Amino acid sequence: MATLDDVAHGANAKRKLTGYWLILPGAVWLAVFFVVPFFSLISASLYDPSGSVEAGYSMTWHIQNFADAFDQYKATLGRSLLYSGVATAVCLVLGYVLAYAIAFKAGRWKNLMLILVIAPFFTSFLLRTLSWKLILADDGFVVDALQTVHLMGDDGRLLNTQFAVIAGLTYNFLPFMVLPLYASLEKIDLRLIEASSDLYASPIRGFFKVTWPLSMPGIVAGTLLTFIPAAGDFINAELLGSPNERMVGNEIQSLFDIGDYAAAGALSVMLMAIIVALVIVFIRRSGTEELV
Amino acid sequence: MRSVDSAVEESATAGSRSLRLSQLTKEFAAFTAVKALDLEVPQGSFFALLGPSGCGKTTTLRMVAGLETPTSGTIHLGDKEVTYEKPYKRPVNTVFQNYALFPHLDISKNVAFGLQRRGIKEVKKQVDEMLELVELTSQAHKKPAQMSGGQQQRVALARALINKPEVLLLDEPLGALDLKLRRSMQLELKRIQTEVGLTFVHVTHDQEEAMTMADTIAVMNQGVIEQMGAPSELYENPRTTFVANFLGQSNLIAAEIQGREGGQVKVRVQGALASIPAERAHSESGSGWLGIRPEKVLLAEAGQQIDAPGDVITGGYITDVSFVGVSTQYMVKMPWGQELMVFEQNTGSRRMLSTGTKVDISWRPEYAFLLDASQDASAGIEDE
Amino acid sequence: MNRFTALRRWLGEHLVLGLGILVLVYTFVPIVVVALMSFNDSSRSRNLYKFQEFTWNNWRHPWEPNGMKESVILSIEIAFLATLIATILGTLAAFALVRHRFKGRSAANLIIFLPMASPEIVMGSSLLALFVSSGFSGQLGFMTIFIAHVMFCLSFVIVTVKARLGGLDDNLEQAAMDLYATESQTFWRVTFPLVLPGIIAAALLSFSLSFDDFIITNLNAGQEVTFPMFVWGASQRGVPMQVNVIGTAMFVIAIAIVLGNELFRRRQEKALAA
Repeated sequence: MATLDDVAHGANAKRKLTGYWLILPGAVWLAVFFVVPFFSLISASLYDPSGSVEAGYSMTWHIQNFADAFDQYKATLGRSLLYSGVATAVCLVLGYVLAYAIAFKAGRWKNLMLILVIAPFFTSFLLRTLSWKLILADDGFVVDALQTVHLMGDDGRLLNTQFAVIAGLTYNFLPFMVLPLYASLEKIDLRLIEASSDLYASPIRGFFKVTWPLSMPGIVAGTLLTFIPAAGDFINAELLGSPNERMVGNEIQSLFDIGDYAAAGALSVMLMAIIVALVIVFIRRSGTEELV
Repeated sequence: MRSVDSAVEESATAGSRSLRLSQLTKEFAAFTAVKALDLEVPQGSFFALLGPSGCGKTTTLRMVAGLETPTSGTIHLGDKEVTYEKPYKRPVNTVFQNYALFPHLDISKNVAFGLQRRGIKEVKKQVDEMLELVELTSQAHKKPAQMSGGQQQRVALARALINKPEVLLLDEPLGALDLKLRRSMQLELKRIQTEVGLTFVHVTHDQEEAMTMADTIAVMNQGVIEQMGAPSELYENPRTTFVANFLGQSNLIAAEIQGREGGQVKVRVQGALASIPAERAHSESGSGWLGIRPEKVLLAEAGQQIDAPGDVITGGYITDVSFVGVSTQYMVKMPWGQELMVFEQNTGSRRMLSTGTKVDISWRPEYAFLLDASQDASAGIEDE
Repeated sequence: MNRFTALRRWLGEHLVLGLGILVLVYTFVPIVVVALMSFNDSSRSRNLYKFQEFTWNNWRHPWEPNGMKESVILSIEIAFLATLIATILGTLAAFALVRHRFKGRSAANLIIFLPMASPEIVMGSSLLALFVSSGFSGQLGFMTIFIAHVMFCLSFVIVTVKARLGGLDDNLEQAAMDLYATESQTFWRVTFPLVLPGIIAAALLSFSLSFDDFIITNLNAGQEVTFPMFVWGASQRGVPMQVNVIGTAMFVIAIAIVLGNELFRRRQEKALAA
């Protein structure tokens, strides 16, 4: 008996190791090219700010970089968080409507609609943003229409405004909100929703009492997947906004362009610190299994 | 796979061997699912493992299939020990509770799966035969998702049967079907088993199903077998309160043993005297539970003549009457507070009694059984 | 029930669906514009990104702009290679996460989630910092782009395959073994065919993410120019309309593949149900 028991236990032990081997290559790739770079970034943010590509960089634990970056760019940081926040909120509304429609009202067309949600991905997002530039242009159709209906003054603009940048952000990140929301809504048993409309006087009340809380994992995931990348984006600000609308992303990119790695690093780290704080709050509430 | 093939060939020529479980145990981290089970399933019989959910019957089945590794104990097919053999090395097949049909293969490929894995090239004839047996010939090229629950169940059965296993294991295969379909499938399965002559081991929590289909039933509770035998034996002469309550329903009344007289055990039941045949008395101590099935209890209005008198207790009155078509079910409250169940077949010989009527109950002593007092009288009663 | 109430009912039931479709239409507006612009003749004023005259010219001579062809080829090469590696590594990792128990699962889940949620500018700049500090600042190019692309595609592949794998009934594999299939046969005949749709979806997703990436690529490309980088550069100088031709073509091809597959599946189902 002892030998057979050992065989059974041995087989179990072997199975345990397989898991490690399978995840090893992927984990290593991410560890080396995602986790480690952050440390490089942090160390770059502590470089002597007078360094350059030609002269080289020296690591001098120059913590002052952070203070400098904050002083110089706090307005930009605030603006980025604001734009991103508003865009995320709008995405939530639009995305929820779409996800709900697909999950519960689409019937046979469910798969087709999902494909259509992802379809815009297949066109370069730069091109799509350029298209928005065209659509929102001062002499374009949309501005014309709004002026005709007197919703906008004669010298009103859509392009190069906060509105354009936020609209662009909303548009670009909408799929990132829709898909997690859909995944979450899809899991809800339809009968629960029917029961809620039975129990509560109005369907709206029923929605907020039943559907909304049940879709919370999707809401949080979608929010994180939208807000965080949007906060660091610079394409929309560059193409659709004026210098008044520059976001953190723009600044970081410029700093890299001129070789000021120290300031670029410091700014990036600060942005990431805010983000990590948000993710930790989320994990505290629901654990990491919900994330993936 | 030569080892499997030769095992199956053996069974075809020598007849399938009997399945024997010996001290089979399965322990999980938090609890023990199966405790030192001893069981022998005669070859060619229809055997049922009956018990409530969580009693260990499915775990036992899975150990026989090879899908679960026993903690200790052995499993033998005839002389050959298969305790730790991989599932694909055992001449045993399973019909899963949720059918587990391969969604990406059509019906005929599902059915042919086992044969093809064993290296058999020419499968068409056997597949056609099997599909005919379960009456699904016209659906051969459909995918599982396009079939009804009943059809899927038949495919699962065909898929397992085609391999002519020594033991066919069925894990609550009829659970997902509606009542009418379940009834007809019960008869179908029994018919097929008799026709094909294989050993079937059927796991279920439905005692009516077990009694309808099985030649032998083993009642399981919390990892152990409470009693094993033919359905009528288990029903008429239960050995534990669990079996008495799980199979059908029983009235269990507290009784004091007075002594033995000839082949009878004399007891005192709440003031009245009764006797039980010695072979139906399973209590060692001085007291016990006198058990009598509701359909064996006779009712008469207080003071009136009883049809075929046996042991009698007077002083009850009716608290509930349910007309169930075939029979009338009464609840009778006795002087000591216990409510007894009485089922009377509606033969038409007497009108229904009404609530509040004072009645005497009686039963023939040869139908009573005596169970150990230390057992829980409510064991085995299914929660509504 | 009078007609007004009936109308209100109909509206209420279809309101959400209608709104949803509106949102969907909204997401397609820029794509229509891209397609339209691919027929635009901008020869009169290069710098003005506005519809001027209709022409087939752009479609007839799509490779006219200087350097665009090379950038498209480069983007396709990288996307192909990155997709291959990311899909393989990601599928393996997904199997590990769904089918095996091991310590450090929560950490693994977190590391997988973060790249999807991080701002591209931070991911790109930290990678650049790594390359520079390791002494590779002079060798930025194909390899560094490739490395970056695999990095951010991995997470999406893992999530996609994991979703498909997690939805599989694990009774199926037990049934296969019960029916004389060895572990290897079970995997190749039951598990793999059933996960395959998820793997393909992950590969498609990975390809489009890679082809489309700009921010991370831009920081780590050195002298190389991918298609999005070409567009970006052109947008400062005056966008050649052929860029829209490529964009439209990519979209049409991808849609054709995905829709084609969906239609094929539906037709198969109908045929079997008959």
